[in-house]
Amino acid sequence: MTDAAPMGASPAEGGGRVARVVLVDDHRMFRTGVRAEIGRTEATGIDVVGEADDVESAVRVVAETRPDVVLLDVHLPGGGGVEVLRRSAGVMSGEQGGVKFLALSVSDAAEDVIGVIRGGARGYVTKTITGTDLVNAIFRIADGDAVFSPRLAGFVLDAFAATDTPPVDEDLDRLTQREREVLRLIARGYAYKEIAKQLFISVKTVESHVSAVLRKLQLSNRHELTRWATARRLV
Amino acid sequence: MPDGGRPPYRRLYRSPQGRMLGGVAHGLAVHLGLPVRWVRLAFVLLFFAQGIGGLLYAAFWFVVPIGIGEPALRGGAHWVYVNGTFVPASQWQAPSPPLTKGSRGWVGRLRELLQHALQGEPVAVTAAAESEAAARPATKNAQGGLGQLAALVMVVIGLIALLNVLGWQTAKPYTWPLLAIGVGVALVWRQADDSRWQRWFGLEEGEKRRGAYTRVGAGVLLVVAGTIALLAMQGSGSTLGSVIEASIAVLAGVLVLLGPYGLRLWQDLGAERTARIRAQERAEIAAHVHDSVLHTLTLIQRRAEDPKEVLRLARAQERELRLWLYRPEAAAEAAPDTMAESLRAVVAEVEDRHGVPVELVIVGDCPMDEKIAAQMQAAREATVNAAKYGGGGPVQVYAEVEGRTVSVFVRDHGPGFDPDTVPEDRMGVRESIIGRMKRNGGTARVRPAPDGGTEVELEMERTND
Repeated sequence: MTDAAPMGASPAEGGGRVARVVLVDDHRMFRTGVRAEIGRTEATGIDVVGEADDVESAVRVVAETRPDVVLLDVHLPGGGGVEVLRRSAGVMSGEQGGVKFLALSVSDAAEDVIGVIRGGARGYVTKTITGTDLVNAIFRIADGDAVFSPRLAGFVLDAFAATDTPPVDEDLDRLTQREREVLRLIARGYAYKEIAKQLFISVKTVESHVSAVLRKLQLSNRHELTRWATARRLV
Repeated sequence: MPDGGRPPYRRLYRSPQGRMLGGVAHGLAVHLGLPVRWVRLAFVLLFFAQGIGGLLYAAFWFVVPIGIGEPALRGGAHWVYVNGTFVPASQWQAPSPPLTKGSRGWVGRLRELLQHALQGEPVAVTAAAESEAAARPATKNAQGGLGQLAALVMVVIGLIALLNVLGWQTAKPYTWPLLAIGVGVALVWRQADDSRWQRWFGLEEGEKRRGAYTRVGAGVLLVVAGTIALLAMQGSGSTLGSVIEASIAVLAGVLVLLGPYGLRLWQDLGAERTARIRAQERAEIAAHVHDSVLHTLTLIQRRAEDPKEVLRLARAQERELRLWLYRPEAAAEAAPDTMAESLRAVVAEVEDRHGVPVELVIVGDCPMDEKIAAQMQAAREATVNAAKYGGGGPVQVYAEVEGRTVSVFVRDHGPGFDPDTVPEDRMGVRESIIGRMKRNGGTARVRPAPDGGTEVELEMERTND
């Protein structure tokens, strides 16, 4: 986040700020489509600064351009999105906030979703998303927030539901009651704003809950989560 | 023999019908055109000639395949097999006391046992056996080879002991070791026909494989025991140790010579099988893509001017392909028997019929019961409502199984409505959703969503776990 955005401005309007974005997808048609949809900088506030079509070029372009957000396809020649995330670990934690990744894929299979989230992506949306929603999601990610689609929220709930009964080290990776509530509302199709209204909390609080969930999902390395994944043949 | 119908030409087969032991005598009788009784008598007489009859019988049993329905295949007419001769089916009425009835005593059991233990061969079901099977079910197939094998071994041991006690050594002393070796060889080699090999090393269920292993193990044991007994009997008991040593040395040599070759063969076999499986899979994928995706694309090209129809086609195809790619085992199942499957089917149907995208998220799963079925119907109604009046935007359906509670939320982004202002005569929401849930012991709530739209919440307790 190099251009400091006026905080509080709704991301949807862009608030005059610009997010620099790199598109990574092996289908040129799709990249062209996305660029046409969101790349009109003066209207959407999104500046597409680079494109890549496989793991090699993705890592290179990301390292060169240092964008705010990378739209990352999950299935890529050369190892897939997870490989890009692994090799870009260095730029993710740069001194100016680092590069953030938003997974964008046709696949909504659990192993893909959980895989890239644990690899360090800050959100996951499917390719059926509308242009407006995608712009929203990009700005949210650029702000350091996490973007959960209803389906992703469902997967997370599923993953933790199996592991929540025995509270092993609750501080680290058990979902709190509030976080589960928030996730459940996301899964029910509520927007962050609506969740805030429903639970009588601020949007910022909702966002921090979601970020906490994301952090737990990435950090939690417990046997249970592994077991869950193994049981469903996800790993 | 009636008008023109000549009995069909027939190779030597063991007969599954009217047999006493293995059906050898019966089969021979038919083949030779002799009365069964003569053949049987011949076997019995030969048995007293130093047991040759027994060996002969065993050899036939071992070598000659059982012929089920064979005559019917050859002849144009349907032939039935009565008392050792062929009779056209039209001429023959099933006798009320079945022919095999007499032999279903201990002899019949013993025969079944042998059949089962030696060959894993299904016991041929005759008319009599069928009626009897009803009377004593599950004795034939429930217990696998193990119990029967044990029984068989016990019978053999008992017989040997009995004969020894009686001092009745009609046959030469080497008969028993030879018999043991013969049975062992039979056990191993009858196991080794193609289908069995496949089952054995294939991906079949463990039960049968275990049975096969047991049989082979027992066979090897019998052969080894028989050989040692034979050696000991030859008076070479004193040199037995060195003989065994020498044999082991020779075996080891052979193993060293042939081992690598065998291993290579084995690996080649495995590689070939993998390649074949892969090729099959690829062919299947190609077939599926051709059947579904290509056809849909053609349809879309033809109807390009109708965006709604194109959307509908694309969505239906996407869902089908997704299901097929990521949940192959679910696609194979016909009727949904879990909540998740059922809800997926409901959502797919609504999506197709109303052309509105439905985002479905399911957390957990549970088996269906009557109450859940009612809940699914209510959910269907709610989804239909949302698709109709939800302003065309995506409908969100969320289902969660939490302990014994199953909750379903259906949400749209339409104009919303107040349930209290709905006129009395409008039955949709009141009866199909709220009423249905109440009747089945659940609850339904309809409320406006915070930022416009409507949300229906359905909650139900499961009856069973």
